[in-house]
Amino acid sequence: MGEDTESSKINHTFLRDYVTEADVISTVEFNQTGDLLATGDKGGRVVIFQRETESKGETEELGETGDSGEYNVYSTFQSHEPDFDYLKSLEIEEKINKIRWLPQQNAAHFLLSTNDKTIKLWKVSERDKRPEGYNLKDEEGRLKDISTITSLQVPVLKPTDLMVEVRPRRVFSNGHTYHVNSISVNSDGETYLSADDLRINMWHLGITDRSFSILHNNIVDIKPANMEDLTEVITSAEFHPHHCHLFVYSSSKGSLRLCDMRSSALCDKHTKQFEEPEDPGSRSFFSEIISSVSDVKFSHNGRYLLTRDYLTAKVWDLNMDKGPVETYQVHEYLRSKLCSLYENDCIFDKFECVWNSSDSVIMTGAYNSFFRMFDRETGRGVTLEAWRESSKPRAVLRTRRVYTGGKRRRGDVGVDSLDFTKKILHMAWHPSENIIAIAATNNLYIFQDRVNPETQ
Amino acid sequence: MYCGSGETGTELHCYCLCLSTGKRDNMFPKGTKRKFSDPGEEPVSSADQSQAASSAAAVRTLTSSYSLQRQSLLDMSLIKLQLCHMLVEPNLCRSVLIANTVRQIQEEMTQDGTWQIMTQALAAAQCPADRLVATEVLCRQTDAAAQAGQSPKPFSVVGLEEGYHAEEVVMEGDVETEVTMSTLSPVSPQLSSASYLAGPFGMGPCWEEEDDDGECEEDEEEDSEECVSEGEEGDRDTLNADSRTGEQVFGTFEIKHPAPPPDPALEELFSDVDPSYYDLDTVLTGMQSSPKMGPYDLLESLSSHGPTALSSSSSCRSDLNELDHIMEIIVGS
Repeated sequence: MGEDTESSKINHTFLRDYVTEADVISTVEFNQTGDLLATGDKGGRVVIFQRETESKGETEELGETGDSGEYNVYSTFQSHEPDFDYLKSLEIEEKINKIRWLPQQNAAHFLLSTNDKTIKLWKVSERDKRPEGYNLKDEEGRLKDISTITSLQVPVLKPTDLMVEVRPRRVFSNGHTYHVNSISVNSDGETYLSADDLRINMWHLGITDRSFSILHNNIVDIKPANMEDLTEVITSAEFHPHHCHLFVYSSSKGSLRLCDMRSSALCDKHTKQFEEPEDPGSRSFFSEIISSVSDVKFSHNGRYLLTRDYLTAKVWDLNMDKGPVETYQVHEYLRSKLCSLYENDCIFDKFECVWNSSDSVIMTGAYNSFFRMFDRETGRGVTLEAWRESSKPRAVLRTRRVYTGGKRRRGDVGVDSLDFTKKILHMAWHPSENIIAIAATNNLYIFQDRVNPETQ
Repeated sequence: MYCGSGETGTELHCYCLCLSTGKRDNMFPKGTKRKFSDPGEEPVSSADQSQAASSAAAVRTLTSSYSLQRQSLLDMSLIKLQLCHMLVEPNLCRSVLIANTVRQIQEEMTQDGTWQIMTQALAAAQCPADRLVATEVLCRQTDAAAQAGQSPKPFSVVGLEEGYHAEEVVMEGDVETEVTMSTLSPVSPQLSSASYLAGPFGMGPCWEEEDDDGECEEDEEEDSEECVSEGEEGDRDTLNADSRTGEQVFGTFEIKHPAPPPDPALEELFSDVDPSYYDLDTVLTGMQSSPKMGPYDLLESLSSHGPTALSSSSSCRSDLNELDHIMEIIVGS
């Protein structure tokens, strides 16, 4: 991955003229085919984008391979509303923390969305026909005067404009005392887990045609007997992509625990613990905070784990629990600023990380609308920017650089000029192609690799 | 920049927070070893050493820039823990990480003896007990000696049963100890000399790595003199004004006694409530079933400091709005 060889297209599909708090995107997720892209925001809304498929004839004419369509809004719905916990006299935010798609089983699509407390299962279905010719009702739905009915007619289905219907099919509430930070659908397609700060629950999903039976129990519970003894919380959790009995969860102390549900019903004793020994030379009061893992993701092949802590992204081999096999510096220049970042709370920002479809590239966000991509084969990293002012549609995405010493090049940004309010926390990578979705505050950027659209 | 050198504990704490906007020491440089033995300091571990010698050594440790920096970090962490946001549950992960940081500092300070000195100094500088509102923090009291000499009257949290969380901790008392601590926000006003709020890019003013430490010292000395005179005067005036406003706002919400013993009728009512809710309360607000003495040391240390972060009138207004909002919810309108 050279610096300027990748050409990308920028698609401003979700722009607003002003930034309101409710419009801040809080999660981004492609479905398993990549045709649908869902975003959740702080106002509790979910927006689903669908990729436009061009007809085959057109595609061949243009000389492009495969789908190269843009993403357009497919459906919008209000997933969660603000709530109030009367017992604690505290508001429950409607912010969507995570969205996960279920594997598609029929024409409808299903997704799980969660805020701090409640997980909901939504069914997204299309309707392009409607019955017409009812006997008792007219076209507007008003009851007909019976005396005017002289004959019996059979209603027929007539094509109509495409309508996308979104209906809640299940609400999984009262499962969490603390804030839900992760949900993960199992490879068996029947169960999913939800994790909060101290507990991980496992739920059962039904098949779409019948009502769901819910089974939930804490499969991990790290709550101490005395809350004063609490020194570590769960920060993220995910099922293994292939082994339905394995899942991993990360902690605020920087450790990862792999759990096998076959060994016991309650996975308090992990199968494997992954932890990097601390470097005594670089110890400071902030060492623990910056070691807190904000996101953990299995690789697509299920052999590696990708984690993000405040300054680095690490790749772990499941067979090697002594430490990561690869460490990538995301923004090492911030190490000397940790006290300031602690004071303004930026040190607690939770960045996500993603794999590309072939597990050869990892990506994560940073500040100043920057995000970073690392090629695992070469170990090289590149900095890109998701910022409207500096990119035009269909333009090549320029790489950026933060100046940390040495020869200063034009376009380099000084560390003191970084805008810490522009954080790239949420992102997603298409499951099979080189298309990425980056959430930058209230904007969604979709970049496509035109040179190498298919992942090698 | 740390102005002057003090013999007593209180003076030292004043200096902690008196920072100018000029160049600063390398606060937490890369690779700093978290040992209490700064260059020139000796660890005090032998029991044979005389009391005077050990406290002198500890005082030396206290005056070192590392210790002052550490103290500042401790103060900042305590403020962060105190100030729970009013309407939404605070982030548990963040609270736990901050609490762990406080514990780390506390353990280290206990090891090198500075903890004892600080608490003794606080006992000497203690302000009257009729304060408005204090919030317990998630801190372990590891030094039993610190408990001696403390007022037996603990301050309890403005509890959840009140339906809100205090956003400001207002402490009345002697003029020189009047302090209003407000939520940390970049919109912190008129402060030229105050602690950790104003900064180059909305962040803290301090503790960035400087390549040239030699240069800093000169600036620091000049700044220090300015700081002491300007800061205290200017801030005192503002303090008076704001604490009065704060008092008006919070006058009706004070709790001066610990949480009342559990009412059996209420217990019955809530007997089927998941007790983990109360545990969560503990973590979030620091409210504990048996009030501990230790954390108050730390809180009082904050109050015995000179001017610290001040609230602007705008934050008082926003508090009033939030209070209105809460009242609406409670009343159900």
